[in-house]
Amino acid sequence: MIDEGLKSELQKQGVYVTSLQELYNWGRANSVWPLTFGLACCAIEMMAASMSRFDLARFGAEVFRPSPRQADLMIVAGTVTKKMAPLVVRLYNQMPEPKYVIAMGACAISGGPFKQGYNVLKGIDRYLPVDVAIPGCPPRPEALIHAIMTLQEKIRNQDLTGPNRPRHLNAEVDGEYPVPAYGEHDLEPPKNPEVWQPPIMTRK
Amino acid sequence: MGRLTMEPNQNPYLVLVLLMVAAVGFALTPLAAAWAWAHFFSPRKPGQDKNDTYECGLASKGDAWIHFRSEYYLYGIIFLVFDVETIFLLPFAVSFTGLTVGAFVAMIIFLVLLVEGLVWAWRKGFLTWR
Repeated sequence: MIDEGLKSELQKQGVYVTSLQELYNWGRANSVWPLTFGLACCAIEMMAASMSRFDLARFGAEVFRPSPRQADLMIVAGTVTKKMAPLVVRLYNQMPEPKYVIAMGACAISGGPFKQGYNVLKGIDRYLPVDVAIPGCPPRPEALIHAIMTLQEKIRNQDLTGPNRPRHLNAEVDGEYPVPAYGEHDLEPPKNPEVWQPPIMTRK
Repeated sequence: MGRLTMEPNQNPYLVLVLLMVAAVGFALTPLAAAWAWAHFFSPRKPGQDKNDTYECGLASKGDAWIHFRSEYYLYGIIFLVFDVETIFLLPFAVSFTGLTVGAFVAMIIFLVLLVEGLVWAWRKGFLTWR
């Protein structure tokens, strides 16, 4: 591993030194292709972010793909109803590895203003491994851009080897998450315990 | 080499054949490279959901290889009747006051021909949804 100070000195002289991992992650981080997938009003902000004013193309993430086969990133933009939740999980399963999830807005994080409703999923993190969550109702395009940058930071710092290597390089980890079914009163199961555990309330 | 010269027994189309081989190679090489890259380096994680037909997230129902009934062409033709009619009706209406009698009669004949097609379809019962 090359010393950071030496690297910086070399860079000042116009010599760039890098490792294969950094190069690979640099490429990965700058070509995150989101799935064209909007659920509610947050999707309008998502569209605005991809248009000329906010220009998501600067981050290599403007290529919204209308098929999960070519997408790396699922932006859960909006209210996930219980009717829609199995479809969201199935779409996620159909995306190729490596794949990432941004939960955009209060609804996707927790159910938001509809949290008390009978038909709204209280956060997509009950079924999917969310990488970045953006608060807001709806979040501004800048917030989405910030989320993309946060995700890029995360991708850039991922180790390609070792126990914390990304899922796509770990053959033992399954690429699919169980799709919930429509039950009589709720989705079955109501959560995926592998990715989400309810917080334990303690009274003092 | 000053000029391209041709041997007396050389086929004049040889250059074209060589050019075609180069062109096909130009197209196939990136495809082959992409295939090789995907084959050797892509992280492969097939699964039941992933290998399923993509239907906007819904579970796919039935086979993708179904028959489209050939009678669909009738709906296509009837749609054309209205479509073409609209295209010609608009300029007809715009320049209606300045038209000669001959143009008016020609347009009416054209309309009658199209309407005749519609009447034919109607009498055949194609407008009834089954």
